[in-house]
Amino acid sequence: MKRHLLSAADLSRDDAEQVLVTAEELRSLADRPIKKLPALRGRTVVNLFFEDSTRTRISFEAAAKRLSADVINFAAKGSSLSKGESLKDTALTLEAMGADAVVIRHGASGAPHRLAHSGWVRSSVVNAGDGTHEHPTQALLDAFTMWRHLGESRPNGLESRRVAIVGDVLHSRVARSNALLLRTLGAEVTLVAPPTLLPVGVETWGVETSYDLDAVLPKADAVMMLRVQRERMNGGFFPTAREYSRRYGLDARRMGTLQDHTIVMHPGPMVRGMEITADVADSDRSVIVEQVTNGVAVRMAVLYLLLSGSESTLTEEDPE
Amino acid sequence: MTRVTGYLIKDVSVLGGEPTDVLVEDGRIAAIGPGVPTGSTHDLETVDGSGLVALPGLVDLHTHLREPGREDAETVESGTRAAAMGGFTAVHAMANTDPVADTAGVVEQVWRLGREAGYCDVYPVGAVTVGLAGQQLAELGAMADSAARVRVFSDDGRCVSDAVLMRRALEYVKAFDGVVAQHAQEPRLTEGAQMNEGELSGRLGLAGWPAVAEEAIIARDCLLAAHVGSRLHVCHVSTAGSVEIVRDAKRKGWNVTAEACPHHLLLTDELAATYDPIYKVNPPLRTAADTEALREGLADGTIDIVATDHAPHPHEDKDCEWAAAAFGMLGLETALSIVQATMVDPGLLDWAGVAERMSYAPARIGRVPDHGHPIEEGAPANLVLYDPSVVRTVEASESASLSRNTPYAGMELPGRVVATFLRGRPTVLDGKLQ
Repeated sequence: MKRHLLSAADLSRDDAEQVLVTAEELRSLADRPIKKLPALRGRTVVNLFFEDSTRTRISFEAAAKRLSADVINFAAKGSSLSKGESLKDTALTLEAMGADAVVIRHGASGAPHRLAHSGWVRSSVVNAGDGTHEHPTQALLDAFTMWRHLGESRPNGLESRRVAIVGDVLHSRVARSNALLLRTLGAEVTLVAPPTLLPVGVETWGVETSYDLDAVLPKADAVMMLRVQRERMNGGFFPTAREYSRRYGLDARRMGTLQDHTIVMHPGPMVRGMEITADVADSDRSVIVEQVTNGVAVRMAVLYLLLSGSESTLTEEDPE
Repeated sequence: MTRVTGYLIKDVSVLGGEPTDVLVEDGRIAAIGPGVPTGSTHDLETVDGSGLVALPGLVDLHTHLREPGREDAETVESGTRAAAMGGFTAVHAMANTDPVADTAGVVEQVWRLGREAGYCDVYPVGAVTVGLAGQQLAELGAMADSAARVRVFSDDGRCVSDAVLMRRALEYVKAFDGVVAQHAQEPRLTEGAQMNEGELSGRLGLAGWPAVAEEAIIARDCLLAAHVGSRLHVCHVSTAGSVEIVRDAKRKGWNVTAEACPHHLLLTDELAATYDPIYKVNPPLRTAADTEALREGLADGTIDIVATDHAPHPHEDKDCEWAAAAFGMLGLETALSIVQATMVDPGLLDWAGVAERMSYAPARIGRVPDHGHPIEEGAPANLVLYDPSVVRTVEASESASLSRNTPYAGMELPGRVVATFLRGRPTVLDGKLQ
């Protein structure tokens, strides 16, 4: 793996499969009474969150702690960041504290890229979501979840699997990273959205696009619903929430057209009643809660592979 | 001690022609020709012009000097030093200062600062609307009548997007032969825009600045200018579609002129993939096809002039994440080299064409009487001596500007300004500021 994880495009197929395999090993840890490994003892992981994101921050924190790393949480609110300190000065501060990895969430697309390539810090940089650009660990946990359900956790397990990603693709970093990673893993991706919520140039992404959810659902092996923010209505991207739900929401009727094995996913936080109805979110097909569990395992794998080299020696180590 | 009052430039190639001698005396070109008579009473300094091209002093219609208000980025003095280093003898200082150049008082201040600095003549551009707010016309007549003699009016940095206001401005400036220089950017189509809208903006997750937002305004303004019979100048044309619209307007005989910036001739939007905001500029860097269309337009005269849009910014405004960074890049000291690289070396423009695009035409559009004259006997001695044979590596730290935001740092560019003469006095000699 490269030194940083900034984009899902940074991962080769081998890299991505290695993360999945490592995450599978680490996931078994969750079932043990003591959920901790000494792999990153003495290493420092900083969670640098310029945007509110409780679930991603907690997930990274749990992942780092289960690998025995020291964790520093640095959030915008209540820190010097809210007083106008620049990204650069914050980075220099973290560098002076000796961070080995910086996990960054930022509202500006490319901020992790700047952090990694501007010479401000020497640590590994992990993109935990930047603007409307990417969220590669979310894509990894989504792929991991699909790989376990649809690919039997085997190499090339997602080859030719059909994944529908539905909703606000234009503003979604989750969709961008997923499109890149799933393609790397050999899956066939269809982005489903009203035309106003598909990015310019999406035809060059190597994915299918559709405006018609009903036509796509019967062929899908996994359906990933994206959060749609109501404030997008003010931008005129669609007329009303009701019309959006009617055309692009996943409800029980549409769920009935899915194949038996098809899973329903959502990166959270959900807007129940908007893009997904409660009965679908809580149904047997829904793997939404499992995605959260898998998030910790995948982030453990990423931190482990970035900070301790590529050799997987996890099985030889005793749990602490 | 002898007092130098004249310069004899030996063996220089005027606009790329056969080597000849040029005698500069009393602020004018006294004689041209091989072995010009030098038997005057003056003490002459001889300048070796062999291998150098002599061009008329360059005129920039689009410079941000930042003073008053942002003297941390540039001052009239530092900006005009950079201009002289780039071969310019006249620059038009854009109005988006703080306070805005929307009154006779501010434009006279900028004009006076330029005279005091003495490196380059400074022609202030007046704001079209009060405070660049796009609500109410500024006192255009007072600025025109002031000592600064303003003829170019622009809200540059912002678009005069209100169609009625634009119409009135175009009409009003006819009274003093003024021109409205439009920053063509439909504001609603570019809310939060960060880079050229295209495949790359979608991939990078940076909000797109679509070509149509520029082209729609240019088309509208051409129609307005034709309707009211006034002069329109289009700032920093950046797209192939804009070139086509301007070409069509000219074909119809409408009084429309247009400029292209060096960075839009050379650089493309691919550079945004670095997320390094040194490449963040407004309008944004476009595609290779747009670059190609701009070069063709500049060659065939659809684009009348090259203007730098020299936009200095302090280090901290570029040493940050892309979205937080300021728009703009330096341009004065590299403009001629980029025109050589993109236009002269590929054979699209000869040196006479460069003189037209970078001196005569901008002086005509700006109604600047003392600049943009052909190099001939009796003309004001505003001259550049340029060595097109050398290749230099651009060093940001060597800039005469107070700012360092050049996108060309580390890049190899052809050519170097050896000397600049302003009314017979060298502002640059041997490649050094005087």
